[in-house]
Amino acid sequence: MMAIFTFARLTLFEARRKRILFAAILCGVAFLVVFATGVFLAWRELLRRQISFVERQGLLVMFTLAGLYAANFLSVLFAVLLPVDAVSGEIDSGVMQTLASKPVRRADVVLGKWLGHWIVVAMYLMTLSGGVLLVSRSITGFVPPSVVGAISLMLLEVTLLMTVSIAGGTRFSTVTNGIASLGFYGIAFVGGWVEQIGALGGIQSARTLGVVVSLISPADSLWRLASYNLQPAFVRDLGAVVFTSASVPTPLMVWWAGGFTLVMLVVAVRSFEKRQL
Amino acid sequence: MSERVGPPEGGPYVDGGPDVIETDGLHKMFGRTLAVEDLSLSVGRGEIFGFLGPNGAGKTTSIKMLLALVTPTGGRGLVLGKPLGDRATRARIGFLPEHFRFHDSLTGRELLRFHGRLHRLAGLPLEARIDTLLARVDLIEAADRRLRGYSKGMLQRIGLAQALINDPELVFLDEPTSGLDPLGRLLVRDMIAELRDRGTTVFLNSHLLGEVEATCDRVAFVKQGRVVHAMALREESQCVDVELRVAPLDAATLTGLAQFGTDVTQVSADVVRLRAASEDAVPAIARWLVARHLNVYALHGRRRTLEEWFLDIMGDDQRPG
Repeated sequence: MMAIFTFARLTLFEARRKRILFAAILCGVAFLVVFATGVFLAWRELLRRQISFVERQGLLVMFTLAGLYAANFLSVLFAVLLPVDAVSGEIDSGVMQTLASKPVRRADVVLGKWLGHWIVVAMYLMTLSGGVLLVSRSITGFVPPSVVGAISLMLLEVTLLMTVSIAGGTRFSTVTNGIASLGFYGIAFVGGWVEQIGALGGIQSARTLGVVVSLISPADSLWRLASYNLQPAFVRDLGAVVFTSASVPTPLMVWWAGGFTLVMLVVAVRSFEKRQL
Repeated sequence: MSERVGPPEGGPYVDGGPDVIETDGLHKMFGRTLAVEDLSLSVGRGEIFGFLGPNGAGKTTSIKMLLALVTPTGGRGLVLGKPLGDRATRARIGFLPEHFRFHDSLTGRELLRFHGRLHRLAGLPLEARIDTLLARVDLIEAADRRLRGYSKGMLQRIGLAQALINDPELVFLDEPTSGLDPLGRLLVRDMIAELRDRGTTVFLNSHLLGEVEATCDRVAFVKQGRVVHAMALREESQCVDVELRVAPLDAATLTGLAQFGTDVTQVSADVVRLRAASEDAVPAIARWLVARHLNVYALHGRRRTLEEWFLDIMGDDQRPG
């Protein structure tokens, strides 16, 4: 257990020393500044117009969800790319030979790196999504419902993708792993849209395909469930925003994604234990 | 499976108990590629053991098997009396890999602290150990600089310090003088001598035969993934190659010369070579030749260098790796 924390601490230390955190926070702040400016200008325009309460709420939901969508997407990329060479890079460079010769379990190496990266990724997601919500609340006074639950789903999504990236690093080279991990998310992304379009158009085969893809790569379904929960009931009923979920993942998908993440973590440990260094 | 090559009776190393390393027929395939065919050897406690062979002979893979970095596909082995890969045993082992690399955003001191923690060292004892090692590898002044600013030699020296952070009983050094200047090599040689004085066993993989000759008690030669020969250096270094020119050189003389050594070979009509156990054989041969009233035109003995041993054992079927 001690070794896990030692590796996690090294990961955090490196993230700080290599200015990864600094760069991430700087980009996050830039993103929030752009978002805040956009929301401020839009809100000022909305106040000038004579529009109904429902229309205004619909637009506020759309703005906030757009911000959270961007925050989620950036966090997904961050979660995949940050640990993409955490294991494979150190195997290629030979660093891992020194580490694995120490009196530690190979599982400690993987779990320590997983924990360290998870803390960084979670901080990044919290900063971006918390910033979006704060900006929205400060300028417009709008706070979407089920914020905690929705951010928890987004956190599970990035955790899943980060775990896939770490697991891939125990088997593949850095470049291969990066392509495979982003491809894994890409499949989920496309599958989600196929499911949505299938539901909107009443095409059952497309919807079924989307559901199957979500089972194989459940990341995007977590965002869709989060975005559904973030919409007030009357906005959902109106179908007034672009993030309308025509096909809403069931809560069982959360358990599926949680189990999937756990299985991927076990795969990462087992794969690294068998890896010839 | 070949006969296991181990330390000879009364070898030059300090015998402090059972062998530190014992392997029998360790074998490693990477897919269809044979990396190590038969690693059968034993290394005694306190011994400075040199592991020699051309590039691609399987030396690094052998070390990796002993450290459980790669899994053997056959054979068995014990390190410090425990099966390969035993986690508790690794706390008693140090390792400097070839081309040592580490997270270059750390300073030298932070690197040693991190490795110390992996050995469950902490607090003042760890800090004291770090200071001692930094001083020993002459990196006190660079201790708080990041590794990315270190020269190749400095990286090798900090790598050596990390291999010793746990005061190990057994140290694997894979090309420890790679990238070092003459002063750095001297430092490593002195450190190995200190380890010997402390009773630490050193498993040294090096291409620099001069270094090995100067530091090792015993060496094993590995060829095409197989240990083909092992010898105690201080015993073998007593051997001399004797060459003499004598006339007449008949069968009786050749037979008689065999009492002074082995491998008696007639090179030409009046020149013969043999290998004697020590330099004392040279005057004895002279006396014997004179007593037989033979004309002696030349007689000289020369100690064999490790390089000559290496070339002889590897044979002429080897090519530069």
